[in-house]
Amino acid sequence: MREKLQQIKEEALLKLKECQNSQMLDELRVKYLGKKGELTTILRGMGQLSPEERPTVGKIANEVREEIEAAIEETLKQIKQREKNLRLSMETIDVTMPGRANRIGGLHPLTKALDEIKEIFIGMGFSIAEGPEVELDYYNFEALNIPKNHPARDEQDTFYINQNVVLRTQTSPVQIRVMENKKPPIRIIAPGRVYRSDTADATHSPIFHQVEGLVVDKGITMASLKGTLDAFAKRMFGEKTRTKFRPHHFPFTEPSAEVDVSCFVCGGTGCRVCKGSGWIEILGCGMVHPDVLRAGGIDPEVYSGFAFGLGLERIVMIKYGIDDIRLFYENDVRFLKQF
Amino acid sequence: MKVPFNWLLEYVDLDKDINEVAEKLTLTGSKVEEVIEKGKEIDKVVTGKIIKTEKHPNADKLTVCQVDVKDEVIQIVTGADNIKEGDIIPVALHGSTLPGGVKIKKGKLRGVESNGMLCSEAELGLADEDSVHGIMILDENTPIGVDIKEILGLNGGVIDFEITSNRADCFSVYGIARETAASFGCELKKLDLTFNENSENIEDFLKVEVKTPLCRRYMAKMIKNIKVGPSPEWMQAKLQEAGVRPINNVVDITNYVMLELGQPMHAFDYENIEGKKIVVKMAEDERFTTLDGVERQLDSSMITINDAQKTIAIAGVMGGQNSEVTEETNTIILECASFDGVTTRLTSKRLGLRTEASSRFEKDLDPNLVETALKRACHLFETLKVGEVVGGVIDCYEQKLEPHYVKVSPKWVNDFLGTDIVVQDMVTMLQRLDMEVEVKDELIIKVPTFRQDVKIKEDVAEEIARLYGYDVIPTQKIVGEAVEAEMTKEQKLIEAVKRTMVSSGLYETLTYSFFSPKVFDKINLSYDSELRNVVTISNPLGEDFSVMRTTLIPSMLEVMQRNILRDNKEVGLFDIGKVYLNVGKELPDERYKLCVAIAGDVDFFNLKGIVENLINVLSVDKAEFERETENSIFHPGRCAKLLVRKRYAGVLGEVHPDVLENYDLETRVYIAEIDLATLFEAAKMEKKYKPLPKYPAVLRDIALLVKDEVEVKKIEDIMLKQGKGIIEEIKLFDVYKGKQIPEGFKSVAYSIIYRAEDRTLTDEEINKVHNAIVKELEERLEAKLR
Repeated sequence: MREKLQQIKEEALLKLKECQNSQMLDELRVKYLGKKGELTTILRGMGQLSPEERPTVGKIANEVREEIEAAIEETLKQIKQREKNLRLSMETIDVTMPGRANRIGGLHPLTKALDEIKEIFIGMGFSIAEGPEVELDYYNFEALNIPKNHPARDEQDTFYINQNVVLRTQTSPVQIRVMENKKPPIRIIAPGRVYRSDTADATHSPIFHQVEGLVVDKGITMASLKGTLDAFAKRMFGEKTRTKFRPHHFPFTEPSAEVDVSCFVCGGTGCRVCKGSGWIEILGCGMVHPDVLRAGGIDPEVYSGFAFGLGLERIVMIKYGIDDIRLFYENDVRFLKQF
Repeated sequence: MKVPFNWLLEYVDLDKDINEVAEKLTLTGSKVEEVIEKGKEIDKVVTGKIIKTEKHPNADKLTVCQVDVKDEVIQIVTGADNIKEGDIIPVALHGSTLPGGVKIKKGKLRGVESNGMLCSEAELGLADEDSVHGIMILDENTPIGVDIKEILGLNGGVIDFEITSNRADCFSVYGIARETAASFGCELKKLDLTFNENSENIEDFLKVEVKTPLCRRYMAKMIKNIKVGPSPEWMQAKLQEAGVRPINNVVDITNYVMLELGQPMHAFDYENIEGKKIVVKMAEDERFTTLDGVERQLDSSMITINDAQKTIAIAGVMGGQNSEVTEETNTIILECASFDGVTTRLTSKRLGLRTEASSRFEKDLDPNLVETALKRACHLFETLKVGEVVGGVIDCYEQKLEPHYVKVSPKWVNDFLGTDIVVQDMVTMLQRLDMEVEVKDELIIKVPTFRQDVKIKEDVAEEIARLYGYDVIPTQKIVGEAVEAEMTKEQKLIEAVKRTMVSSGLYETLTYSFFSPKVFDKINLSYDSELRNVVTISNPLGEDFSVMRTTLIPSMLEVMQRNILRDNKEVGLFDIGKVYLNVGKELPDERYKLCVAIAGDVDFFNLKGIVENLINVLSVDKAEFERETENSIFHPGRCAKLLVRKRYAGVLGEVHPDVLENYDLETRVYIAEIDLATLFEAAKMEKKYKPLPKYPAVLRDIALLVKDEVEVKKIEDIMLKQGKGIIEEIKLFDVYKGKQIPEGFKSVAYSIIYRAEDRTLTDEEINKVHNAIVKELEERLEAKLR
């Protein structure tokens, strides 16, 4: 009987080694360990053994059973692993095929640039102000030191609704409206649409966007104007950007300046974008004219301030190399998708 | 304004090159548009004398010239017909270069050797091709064999300045020289204003009467025994470099002084002044022919110069043909006057005639410059031997303009600029600008009359700042109380709208704020719609841009049309823009609208989904959709209005096929237009946490058969009303028509989720509610349970 057990064990282990899949394994389990299996059959014949032999053989039988069970477990593990590997290899996909996603749209390039500008100025403690686009002549011109028949009125060809109402030619009227409604300290930017009666072509548009800035407080100096705009330029166009302030003339600021930044395309060495000069003009600015402060109800003997205005389209065009301003208002999706 | 560099250097001793000067002047406030170096490319072009001309043996139109260029006599063939023996001309030698990099080499022309080229003004880059005829003939006294650049003063180049409206004094070579001297700290040379007069007196020959205060000063001198002819070479060259065409010595002198000093002048032929009298007055309505041969309509807003009988010039703009200086002219009256800037500008605008003179007068010239300019002109008439200056002068100058004073404290200047400039430096800078400064507690500054732009202390600060150098002013942060920067509720909500639109797959557009009044018909807008009540632009670019928009829909349709016609098939766009509603006040009501448009593989419910997303993101309180059948822009069966707290907040739907046709659109387009203010009023910015449910939910499905016209909203309203607060959610999961459903009916299927916050619901409880719902649906909507 011992020999028989030993023989079953060896035979079972051998067969398990050859076993290829879980179905064959089940068959083997039944064959050896099942109710009618070989081992069970032998154990059933234990009764014929002498009482002395019974425990010894019983022990051996149990050992054989355990060994076979363990071997079956081990084989099962191997088979499962093999089957998993097989499945994984069958499931290989071409990862270079295009992905699927919900369609995401996009903001207009002018909005994106404006968002950047807003973020920079909000970071410097500026709030965002707004004013009407259909504006009183008074706010657009008179209060900004541009009386009737002033040549500056010609330079900014104006759309009129009637004698007293215009489409604002600049965002500067917001300066007066803010000063009328708020006591210093004032720190605002006022982005928005402005209008000039220019026929649309590659470089002109009857509608474009400006961003106005105004700071009024005690002790505001030209040095603070320079500091603020220099910091803005560095954050907008990169830390290495340099600024150049050139004297200029605006009726509503005194002293006035135009600001160039070192070309953000070539870094200042000269290229097509900056026409070889290394500089790009980006904005006009100055110390708020005392007449303008007075028009806003602020005493120029106590307070001083600075103001600036930049053209959004121009900056975006230079930044992205866009050569036709009309593209902004045509809204071809193939254009909009590029930003 | 074009300033020839060498001309500029006549008034200042400066050892700088043209680019350095341009850069420095830019930084002190004279903005340079361009530095033009015309002569830069010209090489090996010299003066030569034609000593012999012969007809070309093989060509009728060519001439063979022997030209003396001092070291040798060379043979050149030319096609020009304006040359003769003895002429001195510019000669481009073999191996020479002309502007534009043109190389000249010897060769044969129709078999005859030619060793160079005779040049015209155009070939030397001095004038336009059209304005010259033939070879440039130089003055007979010009030395030969000399570099043409030296003769014509082309070595220097030209700086083109942008002159701002406040700096009339810079609209001249001498004015720029003053700025140059101030910028570099060198001396400005005085002009020679001396001349001799004969013993006669102009007052015996002419009376002048000024009848309008818009002529601030009128001076006249008389010059007789005029010999009209070409002006000297150097003067012609300077005029040309500055962009003024030489005409004859008389006109050239007036133009020269205008360029030099900025003061326009005019010369009348004395013989043509009837009654020997000049009257300055406002014009009458009449037709008048100016020097350029054009007949122009004058009116009473313009100033004219008249003799006893007729108009002879439009003041400050242009003279008349009837008193023009001609070759026969013997005696002239030199007018030098100061006319009102605004009047001159408006006159020139009305006539569509902007001249060198008017562009100067319109900046308001200093009346005291008149005298200087007149003296300078007389000096030139004498020294160039053009005529004899008659004694005496006429000067009508009612209100003499005197220098004014501005007081400013140096401390204030430094505080204002954020600088630390010492008082003496401030004084020196101002003196360089011809200002006299007295230093007391404050600086008391005597401002010359040509600087009317310096009126207040801030103006003085600017003068100091620009000469000190804007670049030297320190760069500082804003000092003072910190200001809180926060976006307003509306600004934050607009940002949220944009984010939602972008994440819904839409691209943002920006469109014009004005459109044509015709678009209202194009979008089928009803005739009584208040949107037709527009704000109209009185001087639009054209009808297409003549009224302020009251809706974003037309521009959005145009953008859709453009994209679809360009084959951009799947389009989803949004626009957040203002409309301008005429509310009968002085200024319109400007309101932000959101417009959404989609087309392609989409339907009404894609659009509605986008709007619902927006309502959810903004937590809009009490938002509902209702069928809209009255809006003629839209498909009558596929349009809804959005109500927020029972107020109209917008519309959404499929665009009416008639409208699509008007926009040449063959695909269906879905558009929504929403009033953002109405939406924002009901937007709850503050969110509140609600505990997650503790008790289980029970789901019951219900399928109903209802008439086609029953809107699901009605069913849902009944469910919620009967739900007694234990319905958590209702989900419509199927709407079915077809097999097994009778004509005119539809099957709608819902999942109702029941849940209570405070307990586990019992079957009994739910059954009661559920049965009540069914009963109510049966009774109110004739629904049948399926």
